[in-house]
Amino acid sequence: MPAFILRRLAQTLLVLFITSALVFGGLYLVGNPIEILVNPAADEAEKARAAVALGLDRPVLEQYWIFLKGATTGDLGTSFVFGRPALEVILERMPATLELAFLAMIMSVGIGVPLGLYAGLHPHRVSSKAIMAGSILGFSLPTFWVGLLLIMLFAVQLGWLPSTGRGPTEDVFGLSISIFSLEGLRYAFLPSLNLALFKLSLIIRLTRAQVREQALLDYIRFARAKGLPRSRVIGVHLLKNIMIPLVTVIGLELGSVIAFAIVTESIFAWPGMGKLVIDSMFQLDRPVVVAYLLVVVLMFILINLTVDILYAALDPRVRLDGTRA
Amino acid sequence: MIREFLRSRIATAALAALVLIVLVAVFAPWIAPQNPYDLAQLDLLDARLAPGGKYLLGTDGQGRDMLSAIFYGLRVSLLVGVASGLIALALGGLLGVFAAYAGGRAEQLLMRVVDIQLGFPAILVALILIAVLGKGVDKIIVALVCVQWAYYARTARSAAVVERNKEYVDAARSLGFSHLRIVLRHLLPNAMPPLIVVGTVQVAHAIALEATLSFLGLGLPTTEPSLGLLIANGYEYLLSGRYWISVYPGLALLATILSINLVGDQLRDQFNPRLAR
Repeated sequence: MPAFILRRLAQTLLVLFITSALVFGGLYLVGNPIEILVNPAADEAEKARAAVALGLDRPVLEQYWIFLKGATTGDLGTSFVFGRPALEVILERMPATLELAFLAMIMSVGIGVPLGLYAGLHPHRVSSKAIMAGSILGFSLPTFWVGLLLIMLFAVQLGWLPSTGRGPTEDVFGLSISIFSLEGLRYAFLPSLNLALFKLSLIIRLTRAQVREQALLDYIRFARAKGLPRSRVIGVHLLKNIMIPLVTVIGLELGSVIAFAIVTESIFAWPGMGKLVIDSMFQLDRPVVVAYLLVVVLMFILINLTVDILYAALDPRVRLDGTRA
Repeated sequence: MIREFLRSRIATAALAALVLIVLVAVFAPWIAPQNPYDLAQLDLLDARLAPGGKYLLGTDGQGRDMLSAIFYGLRVSLLVGVASGLIALALGGLLGVFAAYAGGRAEQLLMRVVDIQLGFPAILVALILIAVLGKGVDKIIVALVCVQWAYYARTARSAAVVERNKEYVDAARSLGFSHLRIVLRHLLPNAMPPLIVVGTVQVAHAIALEATLSFLGLGLPTTEPSLGLLIANGYEYLLSGRYWISVYPGLALLATILSINLVGDQLRDQFNPRLAR
């Protein structure tokens, strides 16, 4: 186990290094941020002064070297637009993204597991077939388009919910959180529903497949033969056993929800990390883009690592051989 | 096999819809009521007209016929999806089969790279690549190939690992055929069925991903609007109740992705020996 973790940490550093080099080099080629950042009326001397101030006058390798040196001490550069450390700007927006991801996961599990359970226990009912057809639709619907439809229906036509933005925040353990108030939840409902839709379909299908597989096994038959009530057989015996693969998938999907929040945040003007990175890409705010990608990649690697270790701890048949990021 | 496919009514309907969509995309310049990107054919006085009357699906902010715009948009969306799918299939499939045939360190290394990449969601990988490459049809195809190749490589390798120990491979070897010939003529054809199944699903993914990137303004340039860009252009009008500019391109996108997914589902079931039929 320690050797496995060490090897994975080494691999993590390598992946982070490659990502940073790729993104840094690529962004350097894309365009000149000075043209966007400085007043268009500025003369050449003023532009040159700005380039010196931002360190953009140096050769790209030297810029990258300075970045790497800073990165080892946790300094991922200073945002061109905000004039503050890029990491600080990103971490500030993180609670907004995390609360959205959190709500979306609750929705997809809270709705998906019961629906999947139902469809798995009664596979031939019309309602089960409708649930499965709905899940295929959920897979095929482009997330961003559904977001637009949600805004159109609930905000423009019906006027029930606000269309964009984030509700009032309050301070919880030093983080500004909006979903503990009713007003905040009204703002968060549509974006998190939008974000949940794809995962919801996935969880329905997964739960159904698991239920159909497990319901045929001997332990279920035995529990029934003992005369246990049906609710206990399903609620305790069956649910416990389908939870192991479900928890793995839910853990892994949490990361992809955070990544997909980029799209949802852009549609609903939700001030999270995802919207920040899209805005930064347009403004050529290189340090923020690089820092965002590194933070998210690191988050991913840690989530995957945790899931792998937990899996090995839960199921002794799993051997850790160091694959997967 | 074809008869079995046609026995599923849903899959047959989906296939028919898909054929229709492809035909519309291919023949768009001949069947569209107007060329939506020829400015001389646009009439600004007809801007933002509701569906019905002269324009079946209404017009956008520049007086462009939405039906024609959707036909042309389908062309771009399908071109990007299919081209990137085919290139990724060729690249990933070959790498996967070669890795399985070579075995040893080469196989391990390739699979490690695949595992690392598949640990990240497609949208994140695509975003990194677009940030690096910039906009344009060619660039988005490159980005989508980089996103997809790993799925094909994994599928091809696992299919070829089963095949590589079979007698016909030994026979080919003892006949003195070159490695290249064994891989291309013997292993690859036998690894094709699962690759085709993955391919259908991946093309749908690629189309959706391209639409998403274009919607965010990171995909195709405005001179070649795909369905995603059409939907994005309609966003600003949506809030004032002019739904058609966004909704109809979205329906076209949904129909395309849904029919590909349904056909893919059926193919997967047919190729899956574990499902009783």
